[in-house]
Amino acid sequence: MHSFGYRLNGLLTFAVTILALMCVIASLSDNLNIPSPSAEIQIMNINWFQKQPKGSDEVSLRVNISADLQSLFTWNTKQVFIFVAAEYETRKNSLNQVSLWDAIIPAKERAKFWIRSSNKYRFVDHGKNLRGKEFNLTLHWHVMPKTGKMFADKIVMSGYSLPEEYI
Amino acid sequence: MDWQGQKLAEQIMQVMLLVFAVVSFGAGYVLGSFQMMMLVYAGGVTLTALITIPNWPFFNRHPLKWLDPSEAEKHPKPQVAVSSKKKSSKK
Repeated sequence: MHSFGYRLNGLLTFAVTILALMCVIASLSDNLNIPSPSAEIQIMNINWFQKQPKGSDEVSLRVNISADLQSLFTWNTKQVFIFVAAEYETRKNSLNQVSLWDAIIPAKERAKFWIRSSNKYRFVDHGKNLRGKEFNLTLHWHVMPKTGKMFADKIVMSGYSLPEEYI
Repeated sequence: MDWQGQKLAEQIMQVMLLVFAVVSFGAGYVLGSFQMMMLVYAGGVTLTALITIPNWPFFNRHPLKWLDPSEAEKHPKPQVAVSSKKKSSKK
């Protein structure tokens, strides 16, 4: 601590190290939060269900997604990324997941919502397996922190199925 | 600063930064605002810098005892011989 520059350097280094420790503790404090989210998805309409020129099945749906994800937010949350995926089984693959819609929730006030929309991304199969197929719609979320660990989880809603014939 | 002053400055710096870290984390956590934590901490770092870095008088309360001028005159500093140096460098 001999000169001005020496003391300035020592202070800044110590301050930044302590800041790093504070961020670690902030991230650990996220574990104290026990979230209780809820969600519901209704398929309002099947817009069309066709075979593509290349031969794969494709379907377009209109869904009503309502969710209450406010309990996921903590003081250390920057945003929550959510997406809805359709999951089903085929002869070739035990699990197929197709992402249909996603969104970013920037603040707790916007985390309780409902939205009616057709699928943002195309629901296409590898093959012609979708006729009469039963599938789950899963709402996944990723809680992105301001510092530290990201938490991800999901709600599985089952019982949806596609028509037997092309529309 | 003198030696005691340097030690005091370092101790004040460490204690103040730790205290501000705890206070700012508590404030941020209770208010639920990450930004509040950062603002209080930044204010604390600036305040600590203002107190510990400049050469304030209270850091100089135990000044070092340099030799008296009369004592120093009895032992003159050695003079640098300029002419002999020039000759040797031209080799």
